[in-house]
Amino acid sequence: MGTMSANRAIPAPKEDPTTKPFWDAARAGKFLIGKCKDTGKHFWYPRGCSPFTLSNNVELVEAKGTGTIYTFTVMRSKEPHALAYVELDEGPRIFTNIVDCDLDALKIGQKVKVVLKPTEEGGAPVPMFTPA
Amino acid sequence: MSINGAAYIVGAFEHPTRKAEGQSVAQLHAEVAYGALQDAGLSKDDVDGFFCTAAAPGLGPINQADYMGLTKLRHVDSTDMGGCSYVMHVGHAAQAIKEGRCNVALITLAGRPRAEGMATGTVPRSWAPNIPDDPFEIPMARTVVTSYAMVAARHMHEYGTTSEQLAWIKVAASTHAQYNPHAMLPKVVTVEDVVNSPMVADPLHRLDCCVISDGGGALIVARPEIAKSLKRPLVKVLGCAEATKNQGGGQVDLSYSAARATGAAAFAEAKVKPADIQYASIYDSFTITVLMQLEDLGFCEKGQGGKFVADGNLISGVGKLPFNTDGGGLCNNHPANRGGMTKVIEAVRQLRGEAHAKVQVPGCKLALANGIGGLLGHRHGAATLIMERE
Repeated sequence: MGTMSANRAIPAPKEDPTTKPFWDAARAGKFLIGKCKDTGKHFWYPRGCSPFTLSNNVELVEAKGTGTIYTFTVMRSKEPHALAYVELDEGPRIFTNIVDCDLDALKIGQKVKVVLKPTEEGGAPVPMFTPA
Repeated sequence: MSINGAAYIVGAFEHPTRKAEGQSVAQLHAEVAYGALQDAGLSKDDVDGFFCTAAAPGLGPINQADYMGLTKLRHVDSTDMGGCSYVMHVGHAAQAIKEGRCNVALITLAGRPRAEGMATGTVPRSWAPNIPDDPFEIPMARTVVTSYAMVAARHMHEYGTTSEQLAWIKVAASTHAQYNPHAMLPKVVTVEDVVNSPMVADPLHRLDCCVISDGGGALIVARPEIAKSLKRPLVKVLGCAEATKNQGGGQVDLSYSAARATGAAAFAEAKVKPADIQYASIYDSFTITVLMQLEDLGFCEKGQGGKFVADGNLISGVGKLPFNTDGGGLCNNHPANRGGMTKVIEAVRQLRGEAHAKVQVPGCKLALANGIGGLLGHRHGAATLIMERE
């Protein structure tokens, strides 16, 4: 018998003007990631400049929404939950949660897929992952 | 421009309190400043350089300097890089002294998270307004302990490091803390005690985590002519370096820290190598923090930290690299959630021969203090300081 992930209340992300398109897309059910048009490389988290060249020649593109767990931890609080870095199939390793799963069965290298989780007070949903 | 030999640490003071119910933060700063000046044999009006961080109340250095009546300042620096700031400030002070911008630099740290009931490491919090990564991470319940735990989990996965090996770091710290009358946790613990303590965030147990304490500390850095006119043992600054490491737009690599860069630079400036170091103060917010720095500073190879710390290798009088002989942040003190100050202070005690007799490294001539600020592995700063007893 494992430890099921808690359905904790997720604070709404505090949106800023630069990343508003990301949150608008999330509300429409899409998971976007940054792409640097100078280098062709994807990046995380979304921003208005390329972390590879600093130019603003960037765009948001839809991600496949699949990846593997690079590392994770289970916070053993009253509402146990797993925090992780997930390596997306596009390359970037992103800071997230692993949800709707047996926390004691998680493994580094495990395949996961995105799930957009609703947040408090009608905030935009945030990209979390669950075992694929 | 090298700072090797440009300045000396002439005063050091650690506040004895670990729970400051009766003092404000500004007052704690004043008390540690006075303590360090007394230790040096200097007075307030000798201070013409002041260094602090956002832990000091007010706008940069302004309000705290006002509270303490520092009227002779001609150089100030409130560069904040979290817990390692005070290690870095020694280097900044030496540089300012070398450039003639000040003669006597005061560095202070103080805070009272314990009296204020702050859940330092286990509750998600934003550190400032407008942090661009916060919208993507605060909803994920990012905390200090979970961030370090993910580094530990990855280290175990890549290198086979075990919880028992990490536990040896706490065992060594507690072995030293028993001799420190001010230590918050003076009880000696075993590897079993650590691995059987409650899991906070896998794989970090409660005893893998540092204390939450009030208080603070201060240092006085002075130019060589002044240092030599005072009556205290001479602790010379040989080298100091700072760096940051980040997530690289998603190219996250949790296997190393910014100490890889700062260690190499500080050792080069000091013209010494890791094997020369007789005592090391290593930032110990968590046991994994220590392991990572020992590897990155070159005390052992990457991935070999677990083997290096096992079997008491960090215990003074037992192992090859005595560390944190005051009990460190794990057992003694982690004032204001910033451990860099106490790291430098204990290194100064060792170089002066003023550490507790049970933990004093005989003939300690060369010491290192290393700090980490922020979240290890993915987004943090590091600073390395190398000092010599002259």
